[in-house]
Amino acid sequence: MFVAALALLLLPLVTDDAYLMRIFATAAIFAVYAASWDLLVGFSGQTTLGHSLFFGVAAYTSALLNLRLGFPPFLTIPAGALVAVLAGLLLSLPALRVRGPYFSLASLAMPVILMGLIFSFPGFTGGEMGLSGITRLSGTRTGEYYILVISMFVLTLLMWKIATSRTALIFHAIREDEIVVRVSGINTTYYKMLVFCCSGFFAGFAGSLYAHFLRVVGPSTLDIMMSLQVIIWGIFGGVVTIYGPVIGVFILYPLLEYLRIIPDWRMLIFTGIVVVTLRFMPEGISNRAQDLLERQCPRCKERNIFLRKECRICCTDIGTCSRADRTLN
Amino acid sequence: MSFPWKGVRKLWQLILINGLIIGGHYALLALGFSLILGVARVLNLAHPAFYMLSAFTIYYLSQVLELSLPATYILTLLFMVSLGIAVYQLILAPVRAQTSTVLILGLVLGIAAQELMLIIFGGQFRSLVRLAPGTLQLGDAVISNQHLLALCAVLLSLLGVWFLLFKSKFGIPIRAVAQDREVANLMGIPESRIAILTMAVSVGLAVIAASMVAPLGVIDPLMWLHPLVIVLTAVILGGLGSIKGSVISAFMLAFIEVSLVFLVPGAAFLRGTVSMIVMLAVLMFKPEGLYGVFMEGER
Repeated sequence: MFVAALALLLLPLVTDDAYLMRIFATAAIFAVYAASWDLLVGFSGQTTLGHSLFFGVAAYTSALLNLRLGFPPFLTIPAGALVAVLAGLLLSLPALRVRGPYFSLASLAMPVILMGLIFSFPGFTGGEMGLSGITRLSGTRTGEYYILVISMFVLTLLMWKIATSRTALIFHAIREDEIVVRVSGINTTYYKMLVFCCSGFFAGFAGSLYAHFLRVVGPSTLDIMMSLQVIIWGIFGGVVTIYGPVIGVFILYPLLEYLRIIPDWRMLIFTGIVVVTLRFMPEGISNRAQDLLERQCPRCKERNIFLRKECRICCTDIGTCSRADRTLN
Repeated sequence: MSFPWKGVRKLWQLILINGLIIGGHYALLALGFSLILGVARVLNLAHPAFYMLSAFTIYYLSQVLELSLPATYILTLLFMVSLGIAVYQLILAPVRAQTSTVLILGLVLGIAAQELMLIIFGGQFRSLVRLAPGTLQLGDAVISNQHLLALCAVLLSLLGVWFLLFKSKFGIPIRAVAQDREVANLMGIPESRIAILTMAVSVGLAVIAASMVAPLGVIDPLMWLHPLVIVLTAVILGGLGSIKGSVISAFMLAFIEVSLVFLVPGAAFLRGTVSMIVMLAVLMFKPEGLYGVFMEGER
C-alpha cells in the first residue's frame, strides 16, 4: 500500500500526461467520498442509499458561494463541508426513527427531493445545466493534482484515526446490536448523529473539491448513480476498513476510464467484472486479501500475517494450521 | 402516458383510468419484489430490469422474428422465468447472507441488462404492438381497448396472486417461509425450492406487467429506473414483507403521480420527489410502514 501511495505522489514527476493525472486526481476525490461512505455504512451500519446528498449539497454550496459571492476555494470548501454536516444532521433524523432496509430507502429519498428543488429554481441553481465557471483549485495542473492527492491522504488518515478510536467501538456496537448498546447506558442518539456528521463532513469535503476541480456542478452530483457508485466501490473494495473503499476506487475508477477504448461495451464489461468479483468474494477484495494473507492462531484467536511461523501473542506454532483454522468464522 | 381518449373531457376520468392502470402496473412489480423479499430475504433490485428485459424479449420475438402473439408470450414467459431462476440460483442465492452484496449485485445486474439492451437494440424509443386495437364507448367516454385490456389483466393477475397465496394449498408453504424460514424448514418445507418457485412467480408477474402495460407507452433500455424507485418506495411505504401494503401503496403512489401530472402543469419532473416526500412523511409517523409486519430476527 505504501508503494502505491508513493507511486501516486511521484506520478507527476514521471509523466505529464494530462489525461492520466486527471483520472488519478478524480479517483482521489472519489476515494475520500467512498471512505466517508464506509465510515457511515461499514462502521455504524446505517446503510444509506443516498450518500450523494452530502456530495451534491457540498458541491452546490461551494459553487454558489464561489459564483454568487466570489468566495475563494479555501473558504468555500470548508463551507461546503459544514453544510454537508448539516445535511448529515438532517439525514440522521430518519435514522433515529427507522432502521435497516427502511432507512436505506428513506435515505434514497433525500437526494431525489433536493434534486426536485434544484429543478424548481433553475434561475438560482442553474437547473438542468448546472453551474459552471467555478474557480480552479490552483493555477497549474500539477498543483491541482497535489492538492487533491495530499488532501486525500490527510482526510483518509483522519478517517482512519476516527475509525480506530474508542468512539468507533461504539459505532461497531451500534451496527451489531443497537438495543444492547442503549441498554449499556450509551446515548445511541448522540453517537448516531455524530457518525452522520463525520461522514457528511468528509463526503462534503470531497464534493467541494470535486466542484472546484471539475469547475462544473450539475444535478449529476446528486444523481442516484452517484450514490450507487460509491456502494459499488465500497463493497467491491471491502467494508469496515476505510482503506478498502479507497482501494476499490483506485481499481474500479481507472478501469472504467480505461474501458473507454470500447465505449459500447464499457459498462457491460465493468458490471461483469463487479458481478464475478462479488459472486466469488462477497466480502470484498481487501477483506478477502486479508483472509488469504492472515491466519488465525488456534489457541488465542489472534490474527497473524501468513509469513509468521508462530503466533505473535502466545508463540504457538501456527505453521501447520489448516485452512479452516485460518478463516475468522 | 399518451392521451388516447378522444371523448374524455373530465379530468377525474383521466386520473382514475390512468391511476388504475399505472397503479396496477406498479403493484404487479411491487408484488413480485416483495414476494421474493419476503420469502428469500433477497432485496432483488434487478426486479424492474426483468420487466424491461421481458418488454424487449416480446419486442424481439413479435416484431423482429414476427412470431404469432401466443407463441411470443409463451416463449417470453418461459425464457424470462428460466433467466430469473438462473440469476437467483447462480448469482443471488450463494451470497444471500451478505445483504449489502445482494443489494449491489442486483443493481449491477440491472445495469448490465440495460447495457446489453443498449448494445443489441440501441437507445431509441420503440413501441410494442397493441394486443387489442380499437376503442370502446363507455357512456360519454371513449377508452382504447388496450387500456381496458391492461386494466383487466392487471387486476386479474393481482386477484390471481391473492388467490394463489391465501386461498390455495400452493400458497401455504410460501407464506410459511415468509413468516419464519427456520420453523418452516423444521416443518419439512423445502425452503430453497420454495424460494425458486417464488422467484418464478415474481418474474412471471414482471412478464405480465411488460406484456400488458408496456404496449401503452414506449420501451427503451432505461425504462426500469423509474419503476425501481417507485417499487422501492411502495414496498417501504407499505411495510416490508406485507403484500397487501405494497399493493395498496403502489396504487397510492400511482394516483399521486398521475394527479400531479394532470393537475399541476409542468410538474412531471417532480413526480419522483413528491412520492419520496410522501414516503418520508409516512415513515416519520409510522416507522414500520402502513401495514408493517416484523420479520424474525429483527427488532
